[in-house]
Amino acid sequence: MIRAILWRDITLLLGGGRRGGALLPVLFFLAVAMLYPFGVGPDAQLLARTGGGVVWVAALLAAILPLDRLIEPDLEGGFFDQWALRGLAEEWTCASRILAHWITFALPLMLATPIAAMLLGLSGEQLLTLELGLLAGTPGLAALGVAVAAVTAGLRGGAALGGLLILPLAVPLLIFGAGSLLPGGEGGIALTGAVSLVLVALAPFASGAAIRAARE
Amino acid sequence: MNATMPALRADELACRRGDRVLFARLSLALGAGEALHLAGANGIGKSSLMRILAGLLRPFAGTVDRVGAMALLDERPALDTHLPLGRALAFWARCDAIAQDRLDEIAARVGLTDLLDIPVRYLSTGQRKRAALVRTIAQGAPIWLLDEPLNGLDAGSVVIVEALVAEHCADGGLCVLASHQPVAVAGLKRLELAAFAA
Repeated sequence: MIRAILWRDITLLLGGGRRGGALLPVLFFLAVAMLYPFGVGPDAQLLARTGGGVVWVAALLAAILPLDRLIEPDLEGGFFDQWALRGLAEEWTCASRILAHWITFALPLMLATPIAAMLLGLSGEQLLTLELGLLAGTPGLAALGVAVAAVTAGLRGGAALGGLLILPLAVPLLIFGAGSLLPGGEGGIALTGAVSLVLVALAPFASGAAIRAARE
Repeated sequence: MNATMPALRADELACRRGDRVLFARLSLALGAGEALHLAGANGIGKSSLMRILAGLLRPFAGTVDRVGAMALLDERPALDTHLPLGRALAFWARCDAIAQDRLDEIAARVGLTDLLDIPVRYLSTGQRKRAALVRTIAQGAPIWLLDEPLNGLDAGSVVIVEALVAEHCADGGLCVLASHQPVAVAGLKRLELAAFAA
């Protein structure tokens, strides 16, 4: 059953129907990377020094966009109730959703990162560190996204609240992730990975509890 | 049907929504082949009782014991609205490991065969209700919980649903249905929720 659910999650989040596609966050991400040089001027040195951090901030902001379609439509549609009746715990369905969200959100983002790096004039070495950092950090970001979406599902203005909630919680990922781009900061990737793992481990339980609470 | 006999039993249930106690001291016991009609006016707690029986809502007091898997039909069809009906139903068939033939057979029974190519969002209320009924029946669970299964259905469809419930019970299944409309099923027990209103 879980395989059928994962497959549905992926197709829904990738393109599906009224929920918008996976393309939107990627375009937003690239737009931020494109706007930054306009804002600070074409100083190549400045861009190369700060560009990596901008990519991280852009990734974080792009993570807000899909929040409102992660949990809420299925909660309202009665899908979670039907899975619960089939004896499938919310923790499992949320874990599947985290994986699907990572595949449909983080993978396209990482594919778009070389383009962003080009726009910001980052070196190949910086790009490699950036991609490794994103690989370590985005699972945590996806987990956080699903957990926040579950907590805010069904609340009025939930989407705006979700954005407000996810940003401070993602600060550790940002600090370690962007920090890994500094000279001698390679350890930051490991720390990003550690934060990510903690979030991935906690998020299914937090989201499951939130969905159960939303039924009351 | 299942090897074990399905059973559903509730003891001294009470339900509170907000500050209001909807009903209290409600007990019921159903065995294989039995069907129960929960009757009462709007807002009296039929749906809440249904969700308590389904295990989706915690009762304020009391316990529920179930033997056998449950299928729930409520006002939300749980079908992807942008997909054609056939594919939306096929998702649940995959979840429940049901063969496509069985799904088609049930769809034909409720008269949906011609609509399988139509996206769910274009279906009418009654058609969606019948589609959700296909999902519920296809699950193959011995316990059916049907919340307002007749809402929005035309007279012909009502007769089909009544026949399906009767067949399910004759097959050793168990059915609880909540409806403010009269339901014509032989041997149907009736529970007036107003009698337990607090």
